[in-house]
Amino acid sequence: MKKINELSIKLDNRSLYLRSLVVKCLFGGGRGHMGSAMSLIEILRVMYDYVLKYNPKKPHFLKRDRLILSKGHGCLALYAILADKKFFDKKILNSASRFNSILGGHPEFGKVPGVEASTGALGHGPAIGLGMAIAAKLKNLNYKTFIVVGDGEINEGSFWETSMIASKYKLDNFHIIIDYNKIQSYGKTKEVLDLEPLKYKLESFGYKVDEVNGHNIVNLKNYFMKLKKKLKKSTALICHTVKGKGFPFAENNPFWHHKNFFTDKEVSEINKYLGKNRL
Amino acid sequence: MRQTCLNTVFELAKRNKKVVFVGSDLGPGVLDSFKKKYPDRFLMEGVAEQSIIGLASGLAFEKFRPYVNTIATFITRRCFEQVLVDLCLHNLPVTLIGNGGGLVYAPLGPTHQAIEDISIMRSLPNLTIISPSDAYEMRELMMDTINIKGPLYVRIARGGEEIINNKNDKIKIGKGLIKKKPGRLLFISTGVMTQKVMAASQELKKDYGIDAGVLHLGTIKPLDGKILRYWLPKVERVITVEENFLEGGFGSSILEFINQNFNNSKIKVKRIGLPNKFVTKYGSQDELHKYYKLDKKNFVNTAIKMMV
Repeated sequence: MKKINELSIKLDNRSLYLRSLVVKCLFGGGRGHMGSAMSLIEILRVMYDYVLKYNPKKPHFLKRDRLILSKGHGCLALYAILADKKFFDKKILNSASRFNSILGGHPEFGKVPGVEASTGALGHGPAIGLGMAIAAKLKNLNYKTFIVVGDGEINEGSFWETSMIASKYKLDNFHIIIDYNKIQSYGKTKEVLDLEPLKYKLESFGYKVDEVNGHNIVNLKNYFMKLKKKLKKSTALICHTVKGKGFPFAENNPFWHHKNFFTDKEVSEINKYLGKNRL
Repeated sequence: MRQTCLNTVFELAKRNKKVVFVGSDLGPGVLDSFKKKYPDRFLMEGVAEQSIIGLASGLAFEKFRPYVNTIATFITRRCFEQVLVDLCLHNLPVTLIGNGGGLVYAPLGPTHQAIEDISIMRSLPNLTIISPSDAYEMRELMMDTINIKGPLYVRIARGGEEIINNKNDKIKIGKGLIKKKPGRLLFISTGVMTQKVMAASQELKKDYGIDAGVLHLGTIKPLDGKILRYWLPKVERVITVEENFLEGGFGSSILEFINQNFNNSKIKVKRIGLPNKFVTKYGSQDELHKYYKLDKKNFVNTAIKMMV
């Protein structure tokens, strides 16, 4: 547990580079859920670098793995990795949240190549993914469905409804990933609505549960490599993360959950921590 | 009507391998034959409507054709956001079958009476709404649901309604039916109100010599603009009838249609429906119809008053 919770991990250049793409969106649109995106970067990086089957030229090819970012407000991280993987041109990132952009403050299916479902209203992604996972069984296809949820998001009853159904069908192709940064909109999850004991709750709902440091590339990678073994049940991965990771002034700071204005000082501070990836 | 609806889903499943039935803790034995023949495509889930709508959305993303069935109020009230986001925003072909549209569950009280579902569902972009009058129309419309590209809500009545449609009626989603040609007055109704309206029309002719036409719209959304544009200019008085709140309901949609399509219209419209109040009585659906004057007597009296 100590290692899992040791979150002062130093970010490598690729992680800083991906963060710079998020910052492009933030500065371009002048707003966005910064804290919520920064806690997600390593999770999505590992998924797209090592785990998921996908083809940016054919985003809908039948046998691809499905990843739904159910915590849609973390979309700037998804936009960053999708742009990095050439689902669309990186130049578009600057337009985020602007009138004619394809990149909104929540990701939309049909607008953004690689986005599997429109999310933003919390608690929807797991059920949509559940349908996709059941569909894979009906079609006899081997694709996997990954749903990335936020910790505040699983306050929603729909998440637990979906968990019960996934457990009933013993779906081995349905995987929940929880970005457990421990801060929701108003404040600490422990104070707003405590999720603990989260691992036991998830286990009692039928998941095979693991915990990992959500910023540790090697640990994340190892976990997903092990997933290749069939478990005959759904999995839930609790990723211990830091809201605003990479920017000390924003880390664990609820006021950086969403920003709609950046002062010159903040711009300069953000750039400072991007190092050579500064904008 | 309900049995016909579900039997038609089974029929569709036999013809189309993509048809999946999703129920939410329905009564024992529902669609047993479907379950026996296609166990993989028969999903009976628990009391988890929010999740079920999402699940159906996921299936539809993967090119399946889910038919979701539960009590109408639970489809339209509890999981409104799931219907809006998961189905309507993605414009996915999921058919929602709502049992007990209107006052069917009279003895069960306000939690089960779907008397604002038309108003609620009308507000949703991309959603088609059908409200058949009898089992014959139900079958024809249900067979047509497979051709609809987006989400669809089916409002089911109690069952055992008088059959008023037959093979001479051209029944299709989006198409209205003139059940009786109008003189100066036209009733426009939907669902099982049409039987009562037809009885009123007969009495108006027999006892008062009034030619009251009957236009039945089995599809509430989108409205059949063609039939409305044809018949409305030919009449002076219109009475709309629905088993739903007047606010934002079927009659309101006719008023909106007239407002949008006819400049300086002289058509006088009277809407008959339910008041914007919770039902405080129990009893049977027929008793509540009488209590709220959703009956032949009131339709006849309203028509006479309008024609004076």
